[in-house]
Amino acid sequence: MEKFLYLFRGTENNAHDMRDNNLSPEDMQAQMQKWMTWMKGLGEKGILVGGEPLQVTGKQVTGTKKVVTDGPFIEAKEIVGGYLIVNAKNIDEAVEISKGCPVLEVDGKIEVRPIQNM
Amino acid sequence: MEKFLYLFRGGENHAHNANDSEAAAKNMQAWGAWMQDMQQKGILAGGEALQPTGKQVNGTKKVVTDGPFVEAKELVGGFLLINAKDINEAVEISKGCPIFHENGKVEVRPIQKMEM
Amino acid sequence: MSSGKNSDVHKIVDHLFRREAGKMVSVLTRIFGFKNIEQAEDVVQDTILKALEVWKFGKVPENPEAWLYHAAKNKAIDMLRRQQLKYKIDSDISYLLKSEYTLAPALNEMFTENEIKDSQLRMMFACCNASFTQEAQITLILKTLCGLSAKEIGKAFLSNEETIQKRIYRTREKIREENITLDYPGANAMTQRTDAVLKTLYLLFNEGYHSSHPEKLIREDLCEEAMRLCLLLIENPKTNLPQTNALLALMCYHVSRFGARLDDKGLIVLLKDQDRNQWNKILIEKGNEYLNYSAIGKMVHDFHIEAAIASAHANTTSYENTDWKMILNLYDTLLNRTNNPMVAINRAVVLGEAEGCHKAITELEKLKGFTENCYYNTSLAEMYMRVGDKETAKKIFGKALELTSSNAEIELIRRKMKMCS
Repeated sequence: MEKFLYLFRGTENNAHDMRDNNLSPEDMQAQMQKWMTWMKGLGEKGILVGGEPLQVTGKQVTGTKKVVTDGPFIEAKEIVGGYLIVNAKNIDEAVEISKGCPVLEVDGKIEVRPIQNM
Repeated sequence: MEKFLYLFRGGENHAHNANDSEAAAKNMQAWGAWMQDMQQKGILAGGEALQPTGKQVNGTKKVVTDGPFVEAKELVGGFLLINAKDINEAVEISKGCPIFHENGKVEVRPIQKMEM
Repeated sequence: MSSGKNSDVHKIVDHLFRREAGKMVSVLTRIFGFKNIEQAEDVVQDTILKALEVWKFGKVPENPEAWLYHAAKNKAIDMLRRQQLKYKIDSDISYLLKSEYTLAPALNEMFTENEIKDSQLRMMFACCNASFTQEAQITLILKTLCGLSAKEIGKAFLSNEETIQKRIYRTREKIREENITLDYPGANAMTQRTDAVLKTLYLLFNEGYHSSHPEKLIREDLCEEAMRLCLLLIENPKTNLPQTNALLALMCYHVSRFGARLDDKGLIVLLKDQDRNQWNKILIEKGNEYLNYSAIGKMVHDFHIEAAIASAHANTTSYENTDWKMILNLYDTLLNRTNNPMVAINRAVVLGEAEGCHKAITELEKLKGFTENCYYNTSLAEMYMRVGDKETAKKIFGKALELTSSNAEIELIRRKMKMCS
């Protein structure tokens, strides 16, 4: 068993930002429920390790001078909307598991990265 | 107390640069010291380093590609989950990160509290 | 708002709070873990206090349960986010509480109808854990599931508040020492543990039915609670055993007579004088139904026999038509299986009906150790009265008078004593 990180990047319809989309409260609830169902499924199988949704705002600290800027100011679809850590045999299995994620239904994408064992 | 995520980008990927073993060791030490300090203060809530490889699953059709193929300075190299009073404090704490010595950057993001 | 309306609100609210407190504590303990039960209780206390404050000048919201659940949920989420729980949470659902993706949705789900029932079921088993004494089990159920305070529990068991508090404290310590959780018992322990729960509910029901409270003869609330919890057991296939149905049948039969036990002046009416038209026919039907369901398998439980006795009374149209011989047989069977003093006394009373009061007197006087029992004395006195020995009857009634603090019982005994003058 290895650990993998999912980085979720969504679209403007990423329901996890309540302020930044046009979803009705019912639709938001529905999305949240989908995440819950998916994650519960992973949890019951011992696949889920952890994860958090992120607010769309933030700050950036850059370079040797540690310059602080507001951000992230990149395309909405490139902003990391959340992450999850899972257990899987190998990256291909991790990829398969990720296909159940609701973010894909709203045309988002998932970056799957193996965690470095230190 | 709120939770924040640090996304690390850029800096040297010491773990995979075989020529750099001394610098690598020093770097690891610096990270270790920074993280230990945060741990003792109850600031650290989790985190992982990432291998530079990966895959990507895209869109409703779930198309799988190798990747991510972005510039080294944009590639997420790791993350930390921390506790801080507010984002400004989170930013201040992040300044202790060794990644800045190598011209890397840290994206500081508040965890979204889901309400009912 | 007139004071009359205020007191109405208070009544509704008291009843609501008692009912909902038990549910909320169960759910929150499921979430926080058994070790953190005190904090679960604190959240519920805070929620109720908040409700009292907010509802005082406004009105009770249209859906008060939803209001309470919403407030409790928010407080719980806050505590989890701030990691304010004293003991580590470690249950099959604790992973859901660690991520913002699932924290709020999980709490929402825990407050849905099925999950609330499930949490209460788990709590029943946890409260009746084999490590706890019988007294502790009843105390825990009353405190945790029925929302009674230590003071109220003390009154119910003629104990004092401090003793109850100590008992609760020691039990909680045990929970932590022995890592008792809200997990269901394993498959092979299920029947045994369900029996333990049933026994506790039976004792709880009896407490409500034969209440020692000076103010009210019938603590309908306690009976209702016992029935509600028994119904939860019936609704779950794991716990829907024959004896569960027998117990619920028994409770239905007893409660069916609530309307006839007191007259319109609040005075006690004995079984033989009750207007059977006042008996709740729907509950009797329900009792019959559950008694039927209970008639499965080969095992006979005490509850089967008690329910059969209650059924014999409930399904007879008048005291005179009662099949006393059949009931006597049932009591004989029961007496062989239990050393419950009430059974012996009740049997003697039935013997009186079946074979004459002299025999009943002989039987009662054979029983040892009940001279300080009020019911023993009133039963014996009643028999003496019926054979015409009014002097002895009056004396024994006088003794009984000293042994009860229930106003209704005192009043009844006085009436009887008047009849002996």
